[in-house]
Order: sequence, then C-alpha cells, then structure tokens
Amino acid sequence: MDSATAPKPKIILMSDLIILEAGRRERHYWRDLWRYRELFRVLAWRDLSVRYKQTVIGVVWALIRPVLTMIVFTIIFGRIAQLPTDGTAPYPLMVFAGILPWTFFASGLGEASGSLISSANLISKVYFPRLIVPTATVVVAFVDFLISFCMLVLLMIWYQFMPDWRILLLPAFVLLAFCASVGPALWVAALNVKYRDFRYIIPFMVQFGLYISPVGFSSSVVPEQWRLLYSLNPMVGVIDGFRWCILGGQSELYGPGLVVSLGVTIFFLWLGINRFRKMEKSFADLI
Amino acid sequence: MPNAVITVENLSKRYLIGHTSRERYTALRDVLSRDLRNFVRKAGNLFRGEQVVQGDEVEELWALKDVSLEIKRGDVVGIIGRNGAGKSTLLKILSRITEPTEGRVLLEGRVASLLEIGTGFHPELTGRENIFLNGAILGMTQREIRKKFDEIVTFAGMERFLDTPVKHYSSGMYTRLAFAVAAHLEPEILIVDEVLAVGDIEFQKKCLGKMGDVARGGRTVIFVSHNMAAVKSLTTRGIVLNAGRVVFSGATEEVIQHYVQLASRSTGTAEARRWGKGRHTAIRDVRFLTKDDNQPTTQYMPGDPLIVEVTIDKDSTPGLSLELILTDASRTRLGLASTFHFHGQALPEKKGTYCATIRFDPLWLAAGCYGFDVATSVPNTQFDHWVESAVEFEVQFSNALGYSWDFKQSYGYGSLTLLCRPAAEFVCVGN
Repeated sequence: MDSATAPKPKIILMSDLIILEAGRRERHYWRDLWRYRELFRVLAWRDLSVRYKQTVIGVVWALIRPVLTMIVFTIIFGRIAQLPTDGTAPYPLMVFAGILPWTFFASGLGEASGSLISSANLISKVYFPRLIVPTATVVVAFVDFLISFCMLVLLMIWYQFMPDWRILLLPAFVLLAFCASVGPALWVAALNVKYRDFRYIIPFMVQFGLYISPVGFSSSVVPEQWRLLYSLNPMVGVIDGFRWCILGGQSELYGPGLVVSLGVTIFFLWLGINRFRKMEKSFADLI
Repeated sequence: MPNAVITVENLSKRYLIGHTSRERYTALRDVLSRDLRNFVRKAGNLFRGEQVVQGDEVEELWALKDVSLEIKRGDVVGIIGRNGAGKSTLLKILSRITEPTEGRVLLEGRVASLLEIGTGFHPELTGRENIFLNGAILGMTQREIRKKFDEIVTFAGMERFLDTPVKHYSSGMYTRLAFAVAAHLEPEILIVDEVLAVGDIEFQKKCLGKMGDVARGGRTVIFVSHNMAAVKSLTTRGIVLNAGRVVFSGATEEVIQHYVQLASRSTGTAEARRWGKGRHTAIRDVRFLTKDDNQPTTQYMPGDPLIVEVTIDKDSTPGLSLELILTDASRTRLGLASTFHFHGQALPEKKGTYCATIRFDPLWLAAGCYGFDVATSVPNTQFDHWVESAVEFEVQFSNALGYSWDFKQSYGYGSLTLLCRPAAEFVCVGN
C-alpha cells in the first residue's frame, strides 16, 4: 500500500487520551472539573433535598440558630459587657451581620471537612474529580445562609434601618467567606481521610474561632496597635466587610486589616487546593 | 498501535500492610522501646506525607506486578483469576479510582466503571431522583439521562414505584433500578465487575443481552466475573491473572481452559492466597478433593461424595462455626452447610491451625461451574471471616441415571436433579 492510498492515521485529540502514571499531575485538572459540573450540581441538590426531607421544621432551622445566637450575644456583649456598637447601628443588627458570615463559614467548614469520609463508598467505587465532594457540601451552607439573610432583611425592616450603596458589594464578601471556609476545609478533608484524628479538630476550631472572631462584638473594640495582627484571622476581614456593606456608613472598614485577611484567605485556599490535589489520588486506597 | 484503546505498560501496584508481631513483651522497657520506635516511624510517615501504617512490621504487598496488556477498540475482554489475583486492583486503576505505583496506562476515550451497581443511591430519595443522581455519578449528563429516562424505567419495569423513596424498595427492585441506569451508559470503554451476582435469572439475562448490544456497538467492554458461563457467552478475548501477573491471554475458550488448569494445579499454597482474616479466625486454604485418593481436583462427578478440605487458623475463642455455601456459576446460592447449626459441632476451642475435612452426601448437580463460599462465624451473631468462591469446581456432564441427555445449569432449570425412583406411576383413571 503506498502512502497515497493509506488511510490517514486518526488524529487523537489530546483531551481524549488519558495517561495514568504514578505521581502524575493531571494536565487537564480544571477542565476535568468543569466537565463534571453536573455531578457537582446533582450532589449539591442531593445534600439539600436529603437535608430538608429528614427534618421536621426544615427551613426554620436556618432561622432559629442565628436568631437565638443573636439574642444571647446582644445580651452578653451589648447589655452585660456594655461593648459599643458600630456607629449608631442597633446592637442586634450589628451582631446579626456578623453571625451571617460566621455561620456560613463554620457550617461550610464543618460539612466539607467530613464530606469525603461520608462519601467513602462513592470514592472507592467511581472516579470523578474529588474536589467536587467537599465543595458541593458548601452549597448547603450557602442555602442556609440565604435563608438567614431573609431574616436579616426582616430585622432591618423592624429597626427601620436603610442600607446604602455599599450593600451592592456584599457578594464580594460572600465569595471571600466561601474561600475562607473552603481553603482549610479542603486541607482538613484530605487529612481526615488519612488520619481520622482531624475530625476532632474542626469543632474545636469553630468553637475557638467564634471567640476570637468579632462575631458578638465590633472589631473596633480591638486596640489600634493590635488590629493588624488581629486581621490574621481571615474571618475578621469577612465579618468587617459584611458589617461595612450591611450597616451602611455606620461601620468603618479597616483597609490594611482587610488586605491581611484577604492575603491569609488566599494563602489557605492555595494551600488547601494544593494539599488536596497531592493527596486525592490515594483517597481510594485509604478511605 | 493505532487501534488500542487501552495500553497498559509494566503496571504495578503496591499496598503496605502492617503487622503486629506476636511475641509477648515481658519487660516494660521493651514495650516502651517498641512503641517509641513505632511512634517515630509513624511520625516520619506523617512528615513525609506517606501512608501511616499501624503495627510493628510493615509488609509490602504487590497486588499487581509488571502487568502489560493491550485492548483494542470493540474488544470484549474477560478478566478472570482467583480471589486476590489482582483483578479488582486492575479495574480500579483502569477506572482511575486509584493510582498505580509503577508503570503506566494509556486510555483513549471516556471510561465508565460499574464496580458496584447502585453506587451513590440515597435511601431517602425517590426512584426518580436516584436515577438522576446515579446517572450523574456514573458520568452521564442530565440531558442524556432525560433522553433515556423512559427507557430506563421500562427496562427496570418499575413505573409504579418511581416516586417512592428507595429505602422502601425490596433488594430486588433496588438492583433492577440500579442496573437499569448502568445498562444505559454509553461510554467508549465500559468496565464491569461482578455485578451480575445479584438479581433473578430473567433480569440477569436481560442485562447480559444489553451489555452484548453495547459491545456490538463498537465499544470496548472489560468484564470481570466468576461466572464462566457469562464470560464465555459475552467475551471474545480473555486474560488470566494470577498473583498479580498476567499468566495467559488469548481467545476466551483457551483462557477458560487455562484458568481451569491453573486452578487445578495451584492447589493453594498458603502464600498464594490473600484472603485476609477475621477477628478470631483466618481461612487459609480450601481444597476440593477427589473421593478416592484425596487429591485436589476441579472436577466433580454427580453422585460421588463431595469432599472439601478447609484449613483454618483460629484463636482460643470457643463456639465458632464453619459454614460452606454452595453457589452455581451465576453465584446464586444453592445450599448451606453449617457445622454448628446443623450438627451442633463447634470448631475446637484450642488455638491453632486446623484442617477440616467435610464430606457431603452425593449431590446430583447439573453440568456447569460451581463454587463454595467458605466462612467462619460466631453462631447467630456475625460472620467472622468470609471467603467468596474459596474453591471452584466443574461438572462436565450430568444425567443421574446415565441417560444421554446432558442436564446443564445454563438451561435455566436449576442446578439439581430431583431424582425419583421410579420416575412416576401412571394409573389410568379415565378415558
């Protein structure tokens, strides 16, 4: 057969050729992830519908928790400790604006870090980009956040508090809260597969974090010389940002602190993804 | 090779397994130094980001060693081998669930694997919701599922229960639905592990037929099964794995022959078996013996006494029982033997290794392949160590009274000849 009549060799698209090798970093990791976006949607939807099927009062849970926390914090920090609020904003409103991102962060972190273990049967039976599992669980936390947000709107109407243009920047801080929770969550989720000790760390971190984050009080009570150091806690930037957006001009945004918080968040996000990717290939052997 | 969709080159997979050494430590100093050494090792593992292994000694276990093979487009390949031969590990690597330790694999095309049907089913969700969930997990897009939804439901035959949460399903319904989803996958490469072990015969046939269609559509199917009849009817080529290596590959007929030979030759040296162990016992070896000279065999003549020899390690727990479950080629369970429940006999209490010879009354089995699952148990509580298909044997020809018709398992009339002597008494009771 001469070359003219020989069938042309079929062109193999690189995207279709998968090479499996020890320690190989996948070239198309992110594209692969994008291809599995439907699985992400379906898993998130599953978690959501299961969650609301199994509970009696369903949605109300997302309202009760933050409201009760708000009442307790207002009494302890606002009344008993007599801490100042931001500007002239009502103390409960200021607290609620802090509880919103904190609850989102804490439940996202908690759910995501245990998610790999609870989907052990999936992971040991089917291939898909593992990153989907922990991130899909954060969606549940996000829906809870949206429900609680409705409560915030009611509270603002109650206090006849009108937000200004700054509220339009809120989505940016929601994204920041998401990143702040996903970064450490990925790391812990991956470690959790190897060493089950890590599941004990998250509840502790969340509880501890509640005290060192400005949830029940305004971060303006922190002495000026410590504020930059305080901002190493990524949630400081997030919560301050939320208050700045929601409370209009009543809350000031401490610029350098925000930059530091942002930096720490990005660092942890990078670290989390990096560690996760390094460990994800051995999940099926260890889980 | 332009045609190869799967190329495997020198593939190896290692697992690390920890052991606790059995010596008795008398001195506290020894205990401390041992624990300290283990701690240092574990900390080192942790630091280097490696797997932490419990126990005093770490043993390497090569589940696959230097496996090379090539599978072409449109091939339907059966992979056979005993338990622990590395079949599942190979499938797991091919389906990207786990990573090889050495070597590499080139895959061309979308791979879908059915290592266990119903993966990801959620009991709280309805049948309809689970179809979408399971489909997405297996890599189907929502549009694909929507397009095939009616077909899937009809295939499973459960239109009425679509909106019932699957936790209320019977196990049969569950399997049908799960397989119906899986059967409608259309990947370039389909990997199927022993999933036909469940479900009734009719449904199994339907599934096998559906898979045959997939293969005829030019897709590549890799099929692992203990069911030699299924391997024979479905596949065109085969690969025999033994102890992590490819020992034979070729046309299905030859492969099955080779496998049967292999099974009869390697009569279970303890190190070739990787059956793990239970809490109190470890089944080491199971052999199928000839009636006359107690030699290992894989053939059984219906009507002969059936002899199985089981070697067990046990600790000093009293009152344990030994169970044997006879299965046919499709892994349907045919019968149970239990030393404790049927004979009141427990395993000896003293710690040690025991060799038990079990002699069954003659069975009139149909021609075909059979196996025994062998298990130890704490009676009425739980199984301790369960080895699936611990031993396999074959009946070449079956006709209890020597007539020429061969009663085959594959005919679908069951596996036992119901002997009646005389066959029937006919009395005329009317004209």
